[in-house]
Amino acid sequence: MFWKTEKTLGFPRSLGIVTASIAFSTNLQAKQIDWNKAESFFERTSRFWQMQDQSVQIVVLGSILIGISCGLIGSYVVTRRLSLFGDTLSHAVLPGIAIGFIWSQSKDNPALLIGAIIAGFLGVTCLTLLQKYTPIRQDSALGIVLSGFYAIGICLLTRIQKMEFGNQSGLESFLFGQASALSINDIWGIGITLAGIGLFVLATHKELLISGFDPSFARSIGIHTMLLQYGLWILLAFCIITSLQVIGVILASALLIIPAATASLLVKRMNAYLFLASLLGGIAGLSGTFLSFLGQGLPTGPLIVLVSTFLFLLVLGFRPKTGIFTHWNFSRTHSMRIKAENTLKALYHILESQNFEKTSITSQDLMQRVGIGRGDCDREVDLLIRMNLATQRSTKDSSKLPGQSLITLTPQGWEYACKIVRNHRLWELYLTNEAKYASDHVHEDAEKIEHVLGDQTIRQLERILSNPREDPHGKLIPSLDDIEHGGIKNKHAAEEGFRYSNPT
Amino acid sequence: MKAKPIEIHDLTVSFQKKPVLYGVDLEVEEGSLVGIIGPNGAGKSTLIKTIMNMITPNGGYVKIFGGNQKNGIKRIGYVPQRESVDWDFPVTVMDVILMGRYAHTRWFRKIGKSDRQVAQACLEQVDMTAFADRQIGNLSGGQQQRVFLARALAQDSSIYLMDEPFAGVDAVTEKTIISILKNMKKEGKTVVIVHHDLATAKEYFDHLLLLNMRKVAYGPINQVFTHELLQKTYGGKLTVFSEIASRAAKQPEIENKMQRSEN
Repeated sequence: MFWKTEKTLGFPRSLGIVTASIAFSTNLQAKQIDWNKAESFFERTSRFWQMQDQSVQIVVLGSILIGISCGLIGSYVVTRRLSLFGDTLSHAVLPGIAIGFIWSQSKDNPALLIGAIIAGFLGVTCLTLLQKYTPIRQDSALGIVLSGFYAIGICLLTRIQKMEFGNQSGLESFLFGQASALSINDIWGIGITLAGIGLFVLATHKELLISGFDPSFARSIGIHTMLLQYGLWILLAFCIITSLQVIGVILASALLIIPAATASLLVKRMNAYLFLASLLGGIAGLSGTFLSFLGQGLPTGPLIVLVSTFLFLLVLGFRPKTGIFTHWNFSRTHSMRIKAENTLKALYHILESQNFEKTSITSQDLMQRVGIGRGDCDREVDLLIRMNLATQRSTKDSSKLPGQSLITLTPQGWEYACKIVRNHRLWELYLTNEAKYASDHVHEDAEKIEHVLGDQTIRQLERILSNPREDPHGKLIPSLDDIEHGGIKNKHAAEEGFRYSNPT
Repeated sequence: MKAKPIEIHDLTVSFQKKPVLYGVDLEVEEGSLVGIIGPNGAGKSTLIKTIMNMITPNGGYVKIFGGNQKNGIKRIGYVPQRESVDWDFPVTVMDVILMGRYAHTRWFRKIGKSDRQVAQACLEQVDMTAFADRQIGNLSGGQQQRVFLARALAQDSSIYLMDEPFAGVDAVTEKTIISILKNMKKEGKTVVIVHHDLATAKEYFDHLLLLNMRKVAYGPINQVFTHELLQKTYGGKLTVFSEIASRAAKQPEIENKMQRSEN
């Protein structure tokens, strides 16, 4: 259920916040690593990838590690449908950070971490109490806790900025993230969190898998599901708190959700899921940092989130089978094929109506037969020419209308046309003989089916109908023999050197 | 005397002050194939879940093989209702069946080759070998139910509790399931099944529990599957009882009594 809400509500919201953060970042100054105006784009790129600056090293390392831990823990958040829970937890830690700051009057102090943990714990407690003792549904309860705690946090932050020690506090970096302010100590925190998550996942992998899929079954075989859940929550809290410095409170949950959601589109097993989500998180961390390094006023956190949103959209569009673009491309080529097949069939019908006496068809005949104008006709013939199924030449004959052309099928085109007509007529015959359709009902159906009948089905139909020669309307069904050895053409076109002759 | 696989004594369960089960006693013999029958809301699933310790009763107790319920449920293979799990979860059919083997492995231990062989055999029994690598979301309802059954088989328990395994499955799957159940019985396992179809109950089970908040009757099928008893389970007489019981439960003194029995 949460995942569904996230799908409809989370992404637009995240995007809105990203835009807002980028807009705000100009006010928040120095959001990225030191900037040298004289440098060109390429110099800057190479300076980034050489990674000789210690500040660059720290930010890159931090972002990648955060991406990996968020991907790992996010896989559990998304598969357990806790997306909103992650969001709530990340907002709930804000008042704790503010109080920790007031207590210690400095930004680099364990008091902030302790405050954040306590606030996160209080948030979860409030949530549990709301669910246990009120009839309020889970999503509403999450919304209440999220906004309530966040509001307290904002009030405290505003107060702090009015205090004398709060002026240069840079506390708003916890709101929007400030990667350039990462210190070695932060990296240690991030690294230890990742190690903790890694160990936890390794040690309890199968228990987490069972309790995620079927908690009541897990309990029945003696797995302590609550213990696992608390473990996940604690690690989730640490993951969020350590990533605040880079991503910020508001966007922290995006990095939990988006890489894992992307992975969910691609894989069917948990191991692959974990691997892919952490890989995507790491890539987003690296690329986001790189992009923010390229220009002035480009905040790292929101860019990391944007990169991972971009990766999500990419996968959504191009994943095999069900991707939006993949599907669109398939149906486009599919409908093009059907169009070509219909034109071929019309050409065959014209040839047939002339008892196969002529080798080419005038565009006038085709236009009349299909009932289309000059433009459409040209387009369809062009399609056939591009597919190497037909050739076209303009007529020199002055008795014909100007701009007329003669269309001639290539051997492949001829074979293809026979095949389609054959599919159509076999299917009609099958419907009337075996499925007892009335003969005036079968044409519509065969119009669709002819394009999807495979060779194997055709053989089968032939066997069932014992190699018929005529369709229900008394027309010849061009048989495999006719197609392969040119049965029809030999009969009609031998004397005028029919162009559809086989090379053999 | 050997201890009974499942022994239930004076079990009372209520949801938000509304009793669902009221003073139920039950002793299931080893090796019997028991069907639980009753109208909607009779407490059939609740009874199963209470035995599995997923619901805490207001009164009474459950014993498994004469011992403590909490340890006892590890000897029970539980097949929940199909809707109770998330079928979009990233696991394959084989993963789910291997979960049945986890009951036999300890923390930090890996699933071994023998476990995989057992799982493979279970998969074969339910006729799902071809689907081993399929993600569970891409299965039909009947196939999902077979997967659950195979997981239970892989558990190799002495007792099986199944919550409506026949719900929404086709005739072929139903036949597969019932033949597996008969096999289990032959191996001396005790199987208890929540069932909702009176028409097939008589041929599927050898014991029947007629339940409608109270135990109406329990015994061998030919003694219990009578017109009179079924009428009593599904008919009007007991609706009056359930109405009065829920009205009474809202009154303070009975609630106190319930709380006392909980303590």
